[in-house]
Amino acid sequence: MTDWRTASLVEKRQETRTAATLVFDVSGWPGHRAGQHVDLRLTAEDGYQASRSYSIASPPENGNVALTVERLDDGEVSPYLVDVMAPGGELELRGPVGGWFVWDTGDSAPLVLIAGGSGIVPLMSMLRHRAARDSTVPTRLLVSARTIDDLIYGRELARLEGRDDGLEVFVTLTREAPDGWDGFTRRIDRDMLADVTWPPAEGPSTYVCGPTSFVETAADALVSLGHDAAAIRTERFGPTGT
Amino acid sequence: MDEADLRLDGNAAAGLLSEVFATEMTVARATCAGCGATNVLARAQLYAQAPGSVLRCPNCIAMLMCIVRRPDGRLIVDLSGIRRIRM
Repeated sequence: MTDWRTASLVEKRQETRTAATLVFDVSGWPGHRAGQHVDLRLTAEDGYQASRSYSIASPPENGNVALTVERLDDGEVSPYLVDVMAPGGELELRGPVGGWFVWDTGDSAPLVLIAGGSGIVPLMSMLRHRAARDSTVPTRLLVSARTIDDLIYGRELARLEGRDDGLEVFVTLTREAPDGWDGFTRRIDRDMLADVTWPPAEGPSTYVCGPTSFVETAADALVSLGHDAAAIRTERFGPTGT
Repeated sequence: MDEADLRLDGNAAAGLLSEVFATEMTVARATCAGCGATNVLARAQLYAQAPGSVLRCPNCIAMLMCIVRRPDGRLIVDLSGIRRIRM
């Protein structure tokens, strides 16, 4: 049984107009693997509780737990985390949990990461882990965002790609692209995935994270390109709550 | 929002499953009592809307497991859709 722990917010930074990274110091944190998530629980003064799952953005090499949270306008928890909670605040946290959607540098297969919107968060933990260990595993990231301003971690992705260590980053902007944009400008599809992924014979490890419809489009397209469904690890996110 | 948007992966049930089982269950391999397909629970389809969380077989969508939290906090776990679990 995984116990709830007290987590104190030590740092907060805005990533985009609607997403913020919250860095927590968690008492008794046992460490995590890249790709795992945590459950957060908030308790109102009247005893009402709400819990949600969030992916960890920081790599295992960091002692703290960083979460990047996208504000959902009709959400119960995310508006508090993004707009209200300030350093010094506390909440309850359970985890890390999940043992399937994880990657570490011991896996030497070419790595394919496909993200829709804030689905990039657990994949960023993997990329940060890869960089922290100076891994040169061939890696391709395809991330879909509405506009360039909605792209989370844009600058850090450019910096990581600039290390020239085998990471290639592809971005598709689905709503609006700046002048001179030379990346993709449409929703992900089979042709795009054929362009940016390795052929099935290369035996890539593939991780897909995003909204349910995004994940299913990507996974179905990869299977139609000949990839083994069992080698594609997916994490759908959507409204959750207990 | 249509039904497809409510469908998650078994991954998302990891925290809840940790309340019931002593081991990390999303990597456990469960055999569906309906169709006989075996998959890790992380690949199951999860419907997590209150009052309960339902895990469905990714092959035939029959219910594998249902966990309901009662108002007093106690959990009711229905495992009738799983023939065998290996962990």
